[in-house]
Amino acid sequence: MFRRIFLSAAAALTAVTALTACSSGAPEEAPEEEEEGSAQTLTVSDPDYYTRFKGKGLSINVYNWGEYISTGADEGTLDVNGEFEKLTGIKVNYTNYATNEELYAKLKGGGAAYDVIIPSDYMISKMIKEKMIQPLDFSNIPNFEYIMENFRNQAYDPENAYTVPYTWGTVGIIYDTTMIDIPPEEIDWDLLWNEDYADQILMFDNPRDAFAIAELMLGYSLNTEDPEELEQAAFKLRQQKRIVQGYVMDEVFDKMEAGDALIAPYYAGDALTILEGNEDLDFVVPKSGTNLFVDAMCIPSNARQKEAAEMYINFMCEPDIAFANIDYICYSTPHSAAFEMLDEETRESHVSYPDEDFIRDKTTVFVNLSDEANKKMQDLWTEMKSAEDENTNKWITPIFLIFCVALMIFVLIRRHIKAKKDIF
Amino acid sequence: MKLKYFSAPYLVWMVVFIVVPLLMIAYFAFTNDDGGLTIKHISDVGQYANIFVRSIWLSLVATAICLVVAYPVSFILSRMEKHKQGTMLMIVMLPMWMNFLLRTYAWMTLLGNNGIINHLFGLVGMGPFKLINTSGAVVLGMVYNYLPFMILPLYSVMEKIDKSLFEAASDLGCSSGKTLLRVVIPLSMPGITSGITMVFVPAISTFIISRMLGGGSNLLIGDLIEMQFLGNAYNPHLGAAISLVLMVIILVIMTVMNQFDPDDQVLM
Repeated sequence: MFRRIFLSAAAALTAVTALTACSSGAPEEAPEEEEEGSAQTLTVSDPDYYTRFKGKGLSINVYNWGEYISTGADEGTLDVNGEFEKLTGIKVNYTNYATNEELYAKLKGGGAAYDVIIPSDYMISKMIKEKMIQPLDFSNIPNFEYIMENFRNQAYDPENAYTVPYTWGTVGIIYDTTMIDIPPEEIDWDLLWNEDYADQILMFDNPRDAFAIAELMLGYSLNTEDPEELEQAAFKLRQQKRIVQGYVMDEVFDKMEAGDALIAPYYAGDALTILEGNEDLDFVVPKSGTNLFVDAMCIPSNARQKEAAEMYINFMCEPDIAFANIDYICYSTPHSAAFEMLDEETRESHVSYPDEDFIRDKTTVFVNLSDEANKKMQDLWTEMKSAEDENTNKWITPIFLIFCVALMIFVLIRRHIKAKKDIF
Repeated sequence: MKLKYFSAPYLVWMVVFIVVPLLMIAYFAFTNDDGGLTIKHISDVGQYANIFVRSIWLSLVATAICLVVAYPVSFILSRMEKHKQGTMLMIVMLPMWMNFLLRTYAWMTLLGNNGIINHLFGLVGMGPFKLINTSGAVVLGMVYNYLPFMILPLYSVMEKIDKSLFEAASDLGCSSGKTLLRVVIPLSMPGITSGITMVFVPAISTFIISRMLGGGSNLLIGDLIEMQFLGNAYNPHLGAAISLVLMVIILVIMTVMNQFDPDDQVLM
């Protein structure tokens, strides 16, 4: 998932618009006064808890997605890491990654000891299975009580022993309302297979998300490991390939905003940012169901400062901090108090916060697949992507071979001539 | 012999950052997760033959286009007055001052369906054409990005060809076509081979150009390797095996190329 790389670039340029971006196209006059009037402030529930390590010169290493925490760059917002350092005296070494896989590769390769990481659902279950993260001591994280019931004990961590959810979101379809004449209630995943919009459709450039859409259409589980079902899904994607303009991740921001394509599936939080850039666009989460993704805070097994890390996680769950973060990131929050602090527009937005019933019944969270299933999916994906249109495939290989043979013959003849010359 | 000591920093650098990583790639390619020896990953590479063929093909095409475009440019450049040469060379180098990613990103905007080029076509009532997300766009990206690497070695070789050689050739009755064939091309052969190497090698292993301009459906070897490390199925062993095979292919192609180098004659 590359979803946040772009944000880092975009935010650098448009740091000012970040606040308004969250309010999902809200009328501009209304909320602005309130926002300016109320600068974010911080009150913590139990100040004593946080001062335990003061003066000990501790430091923790936090490894998070890019642009995934409130930095206080906008006026009136909180600098979360700075506040934590001020409050606890623990120094935060904060670094970024761009994909779950990058995080995994870094941890797996060893040599890097992080104290807090924030991977996504399927990566969490993979890390639990490989014992790369350790159970949390929830007595050190009293603020866990704020986490909504819906987001506890998720499939990736059924006992909820390892994780504290940080953000969540759904996958839906961004589409151009001026060109696509279908009422939003009727839009479903088959729009991405609609021949009428050939060459105007973008698709996820990572196998897990792309297969999920095909599996949703076929009515399979999003976590299926059945080779037969995976083949079927790959076949579905292959049918789609002909009408897909391109397989993209972050490029979707540019392409949709510029009107280069009409339809693209993407993550809800980012979709709001894209919608800000082009008012013809709209975003819909298909009623037939979708993938729900959760990013949650964990502590790696080789963490050096477990208690301080738990303190950091608890701090992130302070209502004021959780609100400051979600206000900055624009994803959805699993934190009940932070949710209450959001403005009404956002709370009732179907993009950020769909009905609870829908979330419970129609969404699925990814869990890690077995190594065989992952490999199968990767192979099918590579095969699907590298398959050529039939007419080109026919001549490329033979011409290439002929070229090689001709080259060799030429070289041999040349050598022969040279050798002859040398005799005289 | 004191000079030897001056090369020590580079030797250390080379061992630590070139030789050791190469050995590690070879080690990874031939081992399993549990450290046992295996050739499974190497033989698995076979299933990606079509991606290899496409990568080699596209980078050969890009190299050929670079050569055809760069050869006359370098020749004209090398025959200019000295002070003009400097300015012209700077113009050749100018795009390289900008970040590689940024340049490729700019092509995305130019070639898009609503991009500038299609917009211009639209003004005269043509198009829109499908420009981006094609293998042509990938070749274009390669040519654009690597053209200076062809021009520079060609220019530096041609600059050294003495003007009197051309005069001698025409004195002895050579037509200009024959001068080109008998004088310019043989003398610029070292430039041609090093230019081809410098364009072909980065072109065959690129992945960002095909990702950005190929729309993700024109997989090249570089993409394939990247997918093994940062994709869904984390498989550094297969990734290392593909890299190793790619290195061998490049080595073979370079050996063939070197057959054209006139220096060989001396050696043989």
